[in-house]
Amino acid sequence: MMLEGCGSLLRHELRLGWRRPHEVITPAGFALVVVTMFSFARGSGSDGLAELGPGVVWTAALLSMVIAVENMYSADHEDGTLELLLLSPAALPLLILAKTTARWLWGAGPLLLAAPVLGWMLGMPTASLPLLLVSLLLGTPTLYLLGAFGASLLVGQRQGAALVALLVLPLGIPVLIFASSMLELHAAGMDIVAPAYYLGALLVLALTFLPLATATALASNAAD
Amino acid sequence: MLKLRDVSLERGERKLFAGLATEIEPGRLHLATGGNGTGKTSLLKLMAGLLEPDAGQVLWEDEDLAASDGSWRREVLLLSHKGGFKLDLTPIENLQLAQALAGGEPWLAADAACARLGLADHNDRPCRDLSAGQRRRLGLARLLLNRARLWLLDEPFANLDSAGRGLLLELLEEHLTSGGGAVVTSHVDIDWPGPAAARIELEPAS
Repeated sequence: MMLEGCGSLLRHELRLGWRRPHEVITPAGFALVVVTMFSFARGSGSDGLAELGPGVVWTAALLSMVIAVENMYSADHEDGTLELLLLSPAALPLLILAKTTARWLWGAGPLLLAAPVLGWMLGMPTASLPLLLVSLLLGTPTLYLLGAFGASLLVGQRQGAALVALLVLPLGIPVLIFASSMLELHAAGMDIVAPAYYLGALLVLALTFLPLATATALASNAAD
Repeated sequence: MLKLRDVSLERGERKLFAGLATEIEPGRLHLATGGNGTGKTSLLKLMAGLLEPDAGQVLWEDEDLAASDGSWRREVLLLSHKGGFKLDLTPIENLQLAQALAGGEPWLAADAACARLGLADHNDRPCRDLSAGQRRRLGLARLLLNRARLWLLDEPFANLDSAGRGLLLELLEEHLTSGGGAVVTSHVDIDWPGPAAARIELEPAS
């Protein structure tokens, strides 16, 4: 029973994304715009761009995450779906995990598909593009779990997106550091295992604790 | 089935009620009445375990909700004025999620529940196309998805036409005669055809 509720919620959320394609595309579109603007602002044929590449893609990923998660609970709060979640006998942290998974698939999925193109636009060497994908795969789930937590803190508040950004972006910095250092070390021909392990550890920590924290925040914020 | 023992509740600075004691018995309609802002909705949320009382206890089958393992959630169904539906999805898709989340013993399938509420023609259209009254009926369809023992209905008669009101009264009677319990809030009187309803009067906050 506990898991059945989660499966249904995941299907429901994915279907919802399918019915609202414009919302689904927004985060990845935003990341694309950020990267494009960056490459224009930097001018053509500039040398520094390749080194900055990973940082730019990662910053774009971080910003697009905020757009993807910002309304994930406030919309449910307004239409009453949140009450269904809170009153369900299914474990709330697992429901939150299902919802966050759906957001990640819709928000980060297109970004992962577009990442090689983004890296190429920034002039990153082809050899480091697979690693860029690996770093995004390891790092973005952590970001989405953080974002879901931030969104749950602001349920029922007026000022949504900007405050979620202020709350969550600083918390994403460790992910940003380890992901970029992974790519930097690779470019310098050094071993990337250490930052990769740190990224993995952050993901495990986030998976373990953040759904619990989010559940507590939702239960206390959403009752009114 | 459900007992309130000297329950007090405050929202922000405002005291909604204090020392409220009542018992919900199976087979009897309980009508929570009071003007706007007297805390009828909060009372239902309290009974559903969505809010915690500031003082006193809420007991389900003599077990304090605060200490329970959550088994009451399968047996208590709260229907608030928010339907809990995504407007981009169809009634069936929305009801299927509600059924999976509510837990407990499944009763009618989503399409059968829709048909009972007279929404069968709208199965394949997004909920956005439904009128306010039809959305209300869709909310009521949740009553038929799982066999909950206690129904907590917040202003269920609002927005319903007379056929809809008749249907709801019928569902309530069926539920009560089969040994269920129900608490209904209303700021107007309803014509309850069954045995005398128990009243829970909420006074304006002091």
